[in-house]
Amino acid sequence: MKPYAAVATVIVCFILTLPMLTTRALCRELTIMTHDSFSMSESVLKDFKKAVGADITILRSGDAGQALNKAILSKNNPMADLFFGVDNTFIGRALDNDLFITYTPKGFEDIDTSLLLDDKNRLIPVDFGDVCLNYDIKWFKAKHLAPPAGLEDLIRPAYKDLTVVQNPATSSPGLAFLLATISRFGENKYISFWQKLKANGVMVVNGWQEAYWGQFTAASKGDRPIVVSYASSPAAEVFYAEQKPDTAPTGVVIENKSAFRQIEFAGILKNSDNTDLAKKAMDFLLSKAFQEDIPLQMFVFPANTKANLPDVFLKHAKITDAPASLPPEKINRNRDKWLREWTENLLR
Amino acid sequence: MAPGMDGKPVAVKTRIYTHPYVLAGLVPLVFFLVFYFYPLAGIFLRSFVPDFPAHLHIDLSFLDQVAGSQRLHHIIRFTFWQAAVSTGLTLAFAFPCAFVMSHYQFKGKKFLTLSASIPFVLPAVVVAAALDASFGRNGWLGVLNIRHPLVLIFIAHVFYNFSVMLRILTSFWAGLRANVQEAAAMLGAGPFQTFIHITLPLLMPAVWAASFLVFIFCFSSFGIILILGGPAYSTIEAEIYRQAAHMFNLPVASFLSLIQIGFTLVLMGLYTAFSRKAVRFAPKGSHTNFKQPEKFWEKAAVTGNAGFIILLCLFPLAALAGKSLVHEGQLSLIYYRAIFDNPASSIFHVPPFTAIKFSFIFAGTALAIALVTGLCAALCLNHLDRTKAKGLAAFFDPLFMLPLSTSAVTLGFGIIITLDRPPLNLRTSALLVPLVHALVGFPFVLRAVLPALKNIPNNIRETAATLGASPGKIFRCIDLPLISGALTAGAVFAFTISMGEFGATIFTASPRTPTIPIAIYRFLGQPGAMNYGQAMAISTLLMAVTAAGFIIIEKISLRGIQQF
Repeated sequence: MKPYAAVATVIVCFILTLPMLTTRALCRELTIMTHDSFSMSESVLKDFKKAVGADITILRSGDAGQALNKAILSKNNPMADLFFGVDNTFIGRALDNDLFITYTPKGFEDIDTSLLLDDKNRLIPVDFGDVCLNYDIKWFKAKHLAPPAGLEDLIRPAYKDLTVVQNPATSSPGLAFLLATISRFGENKYISFWQKLKANGVMVVNGWQEAYWGQFTAASKGDRPIVVSYASSPAAEVFYAEQKPDTAPTGVVIENKSAFRQIEFAGILKNSDNTDLAKKAMDFLLSKAFQEDIPLQMFVFPANTKANLPDVFLKHAKITDAPASLPPEKINRNRDKWLREWTENLLR
Repeated sequence: MAPGMDGKPVAVKTRIYTHPYVLAGLVPLVFFLVFYFYPLAGIFLRSFVPDFPAHLHIDLSFLDQVAGSQRLHHIIRFTFWQAAVSTGLTLAFAFPCAFVMSHYQFKGKKFLTLSASIPFVLPAVVVAAALDASFGRNGWLGVLNIRHPLVLIFIAHVFYNFSVMLRILTSFWAGLRANVQEAAAMLGAGPFQTFIHITLPLLMPAVWAASFLVFIFCFSSFGIILILGGPAYSTIEAEIYRQAAHMFNLPVASFLSLIQIGFTLVLMGLYTAFSRKAVRFAPKGSHTNFKQPEKFWEKAAVTGNAGFIILLCLFPLAALAGKSLVHEGQLSLIYYRAIFDNPASSIFHVPPFTAIKFSFIFAGTALAIALVTGLCAALCLNHLDRTKAKGLAAFFDPLFMLPLSTSAVTLGFGIIITLDRPPLNLRTSALLVPLVHALVGFPFVLRAVLPALKNIPNNIRETAATLGASPGKIFRCIDLPLISGALTAGAVFAFTISMGEFGATIFTASPRTPTIPIAIYRFLGQPGAMNYGQAMAISTLLMAVTAAGFIIIEKISLRGIQQF
């Protein structure tokens, strides 16, 4: 009977270890639900805990869309107190589902007013970034080819098999880029642009990482010199380079309304038990401490106009003067239809 | 003749349902009801009756969407097509290998069986990485230029399922051999005639059972399709994930889940029916005599078989391990050392050592749950099968196999909306991962233990009962020792499956409790040689753990897993 006793002991041990994992800390805890790209530096997290006066758990729940979907499914008994990372392509879905309560945080008056999209202040803008085409400067120089100047260039024969984009159904920059084309070519004609793009050998991958780190010539061993990314990506290229170059190795295409502005919002979840803590957390998200941490952690721009940008951003990151835009209500009404149309045409 | 001496049941029908073994069946039943059917029912209700409970209006508008989408039709056709092709390829490769493995004894045979088994429990991220290390741009076989997603999908499916097919076919074929040879010798039939007229017809139920099982695995393939296929290829399972997680189109996702569950149930029914039909000829425990390869063609067959298994199963694994050991063109342990470092650069860095720890804890717990529920289910099904309630056994058997091919995202969403209140507030609990893993491991325990129980002749138990042994004592002194090998095999399967499980884990694991596959996934998603190298190093460790598990199976019992 000895082997069975041993097996039984092991089983009992495992079952005894589990509650230790599940027991929560006795002090109060604020949970922030967010997407997988969320990040902040350790020192700022320390200040964050101090400012809120509680322990902070960050629940990364998939990409931006998935995280929001989980919040919607669990809205009657939320898994978190605060949600970070609803963007302007999803804001309609979030507000329709009545997920958030109104709260005007401290520092609200410093937010760039062009970013405000919810007049009831349930969702507050925290950061923004411009999604646009990035290209490999060296590659185009070597081939004696002019880099693309706008979206139309992508369907020229000279640019055959050069572009990699993300599937808008699975990637938020992918969706932003699709919206840029809809804004640029109109609701009725955008799909013919995409059909031509397909005929011109566009590569579609599932996510940003696969596109940028897997296929883009400037950042991987791939063979696509044009990729959909952010206007701040060149700053990241310089920041992460082992020997800091004077000029960024990549360029961006932001003229001719070819960039789409992505704005990220945060809000306090309804039915949370820790609304008081969540309010303090919202204040902190707009404070200079957090806002100045954003550029080098998530490589997008802070919403707070008073926040100072790091040098590498001032030098190498671009802000679009006139981004392509679509009214959020229109996006919310048509998003599913556009995604279906795009999917049916591009992924067959 | 005393009742029971002829092997017929002694129990009277009315007493069947209060027998302790039948009551034990309530354990897996409750487990399934609470953690499988209840969440599924929750998500289906939410999808099809959106205003429940205020209005009982069934919203069927999604049917137009499904009917009108060329793409969804294509996906459904593609799912069947790729599963059929993958199964055909697996059978074509495994059949000749099974012939060699069931007839000949040669050096390194155990090693080959072991290496063929490892891929089956590896997570899709690792398999994709292994194929990339072999066929990718910088892979060992990069010059072959095999990069078409469809070809890679087929290679991956054969790589995964080869061992399942091989094990089932080999074990039945080995059992057939002795009897067939005698019969053929008596009738004066040549080897070819023997094969066509005797061996093949007898082997067919096993071939069908194995094919259905492999078909089911390929039918519900998820990670492989998502990673290797890219956005252009989608199976029903991958599409459920896209529709639910990305488009938030719950009605279509749920409808596709129902289609998938329906087909799986039919296929599982066929599989369990064929496995019942595939009778063993050699009595269990009798030692099968393997031949030594003597003639030239026999030697050639053995060599070819070994070469193929090494190329298919071992080569990608070796390529993976190789990548983890080479840093900038030189042999180096730098990636392995980096695993144990914890650079405090980001608050979200997954320290691989933590991931290894949680993987072991989760796998141990999942094993415990799967073992208890699986054993109870096997005892119950076996008892029902031996008494007059055969129909009930035939009903529950395929039902218990369902978690093998249920979409993780459907179940995950179901858990979010149903298991959200005390006492079952599991959404953010550390117990959720082992529970979900146990659901997936459970069918393996059941499939390993059930045949072993069926092979215990009834009259042994009945003799014991006549001599006054209680059911508890019969279980302890007869059943348990006889099925201990199978039980160990099932346990190791449950353990390794949990170690490698990815789809459901990414959906249910909290960031505080990452597992090895999650860590691999995160490392693969970061740029740079260092992250890639660390991903390869952890994958290699996962492989080593898996291999160790299978060595334990082979040492303790060769028989238990042959049935699966």
